[in-house]
Amino acid sequence: MNPTFGSILISVLAGAVQSGTILLLPTLGEVLTERSGVLNLGLEGLMLIGAFFGFLGAMKTGNPYVGLLLGMAAAAVAATIHAFICVTLRGNQTVTGLALTIFGTGLTSFYGDNWVSQRLTTVIQPMAIPGLSRIPFVGPILFSQDLIVYAGYILVALFWFLLFKTKVGVNLRAVGENAKAADAMGVNVVGTRYFWTIVGGALAGAGGAYITCCIHPYWLNGITSGMGWIAVALVVFAMWNPFNALVGAFLFGSIEALQLQLQAAGTYINSALLSMLPYLATFVVIIVATLIVRVRHVGTPKELGIPYAREEK
Amino acid sequence: MEGQEQLMLVMSNITKRFPGIVANDHVNFALRKGEIHTLLGENGAGKSTLMNVLDGIYYPDEGEITIEGKRVDLRSPLDSMKHGIGMIHQHFMLVDSLSVIENVILGLESQGFYIDKKSVAHQIEAIAKKYNFRVDPYAKIWQLSVGEQQRVEIIKTLFKGARILILDEPTAVLTPQESEELFGILREMKSEGKSIIFISHKLNEVMSISDRVTVLRKGQLVGTVDTVSITERELAKMMIGRDVLFRLERKDIEQGREVLKVEDAQAYNDRGIMALNKLNITVHGGEIMGVAGVAGNGQVELAECITGLRHLVSGHVTVEGIDVTNATPCTLASAGVNYIPADRLGVGLVPNLSTVDNAMLRKYKQQPMRRGTFIDYAAACTYADGLIEKFDIAVPLKNAPVKVLSGGNMQKLLLAREIEENPRLLIAEHPTRGLDVGATEFVRKILLEQRDNGVAVLLISEDLDEILMVADRVAVMYEGRIVGIVDAHHVDIAQIGLMMAGAVGAKA
Repeated sequence: MNPTFGSILISVLAGAVQSGTILLLPTLGEVLTERSGVLNLGLEGLMLIGAFFGFLGAMKTGNPYVGLLLGMAAAAVAATIHAFICVTLRGNQTVTGLALTIFGTGLTSFYGDNWVSQRLTTVIQPMAIPGLSRIPFVGPILFSQDLIVYAGYILVALFWFLLFKTKVGVNLRAVGENAKAADAMGVNVVGTRYFWTIVGGALAGAGGAYITCCIHPYWLNGITSGMGWIAVALVVFAMWNPFNALVGAFLFGSIEALQLQLQAAGTYINSALLSMLPYLATFVVIIVATLIVRVRHVGTPKELGIPYAREEK
Repeated sequence: MEGQEQLMLVMSNITKRFPGIVANDHVNFALRKGEIHTLLGENGAGKSTLMNVLDGIYYPDEGEITIEGKRVDLRSPLDSMKHGIGMIHQHFMLVDSLSVIENVILGLESQGFYIDKKSVAHQIEAIAKKYNFRVDPYAKIWQLSVGEQQRVEIIKTLFKGARILILDEPTAVLTPQESEELFGILREMKSEGKSIIFISHKLNEVMSISDRVTVLRKGQLVGTVDTVSITERELAKMMIGRDVLFRLERKDIEQGREVLKVEDAQAYNDRGIMALNKLNITVHGGEIMGVAGVAGNGQVELAECITGLRHLVSGHVTVEGIDVTNATPCTLASAGVNYIPADRLGVGLVPNLSTVDNAMLRKYKQQPMRRGTFIDYAAACTYADGLIEKFDIAVPLKNAPVKVLSGGNMQKLLLAREIEENPRLLIAEHPTRGLDVGATEFVRKILLEQRDNGVAVLLISEDLDEILMVADRVAVMYEGRIVGIVDAHHVDIAQIGLMMAGAVGAKA
């Protein structure tokens, strides 16, 4: 095998895992939020909030991990507003989600203007896992990454276990599929929906903060450039399953990494066209996933987007 | 006193008011240990309210509940569960995409964080075995038949240690055979010392299964009687307050020519499964063809195919000799096909439009309501007024959304609109479901009137009694085809039951 080709491939794929993690975190969060019956189309806004407050936190404290936590917290607060409107007030979830995105974009652009073009000096650094990182080919791609990437792997397994093997997961799925039945069985519908909407928000924030605290350690208005929307689409592709979310996120990460590599290599293809690839792929993914969901019985949580009110005469 | 059966549950002086009505007016109810006690009454008699009070869903305004002599305060279904009360609702409280195991342990505090599926499965199987039935603990709910789902509900309550079981019209969705199996399970549970409250308005069942009957009427207690000392007719009288009409009168008329002919129809349902399986049916003018069958055997799809709402994959539909296979609803309407859909407020009427708007839906494209591009609203109002008067529809406000009308008045409006079109073929799907006695009688009378006028009526209903009361012939549907057609005048109910369960075809 040509060693240069091999090393290029490894660096492209390692980049794919990083870009994939940006998508993976919000996608995982939204999988859980939607499983509870709440649709949050505000992911893009939440990611921006996470990215900005993450950047701010890292800037002020000099510690990118503190930044990441601040980004998560800020997005969680914003998601709480979404939960309040959708669950308590039983508002329209689509409209509220869109409003959340507009809010996040506006808020971060307003305060972000002062920070444009400033750079973080300390960013989240890779930490190779001893042993595993030495596995040829796979090691440098998967196990020479930073803590956030590893956290992503762990969350996938953890959420899968939680969803399908524990009581918490059964309660969560029941609430999104048939809130009335869950309520009758003594499950706290409102609490479940709040909790998972906030968790989803925190994870979207983590995805955003991961961009500014690690990959692009500077602030730009609209730095997430539609990643939140891709994550919304990936949830459908993942058919609300954490493992599929991993596959989808890393697939999109690869497309992203590939187009960057192609741009860097100076191909004849217009760079604007290349940048369009991930969004184009989103269309394809949505079409394929929708067809699959239609044929199989698995799919959208039945009461996704439907507010629950106890029936009173 | 020694020898007296022990009382399991006493509800005394229960009163529950809702805005505008008293749903339970000082009702007394006592349940003995190890008895099957039927709660009998018409729609709106207050049975469900009383049971919802017992299940902790409603909190009574007055009255008290004691279980085994101890006063209890039931504020939520969870409270009731802790006192050993389990309710099996008419609409099952099951999550379709979860397995039987997951549904059984849903919300249970006794289970740990990690679900030990094997151990739960063993417990489920043990319960099922005790009462002589079977259920696959690993199956997903959507894969189960309605009868099986009901058994899952029973297991759910038993798993939680229920000693008092409430079953809300459990046989409404079952075939006669499935009902018999259910009764077997109930008798088994009774011999185990469980106390069972059985809500029903099917008199024959009440007679066969219960030890005692408590009758409610308009929120008030009529009385509690031993089943052995009363007849069906007496019970009916207690329930309705007068003698009931068991078969509706009809004119003897000459059967007309063939109006509807469906040949070898094949169509998919929403899940992409073949729902109509080479179905054939013919309906003549001046007859009511009743379509009987357990829900989900293709009745909905049949109605939709004839009214242009569902695509036929193969086969033909002709109305009065004209091929209307896969014609649009509009074409079909002009061919004289009119439709009373099961979902009267979703498909039949537009919930947020007014009575006037809904009344003119079939007419606004024609004179006099149409004036060029515009609608002559005054003409529409006049037309709506005409319908309201002719069909005696109670409409508080003509311009208020139609969804505020009562179920009976909605159905009257829908019927009025469709019948004013002078149909050749009228398709009525569950036309009396959820209606009170008065409105039910009215709807049935209209259907018979149409028949007498020579209209071909296709009546799809899950209520076998209704079909036998109204129809001239009964077609039994099973798994997407008509398995047999019998004369409604000389009918063998057992035969129909067997056909509904797919056990036999019609006798030649």
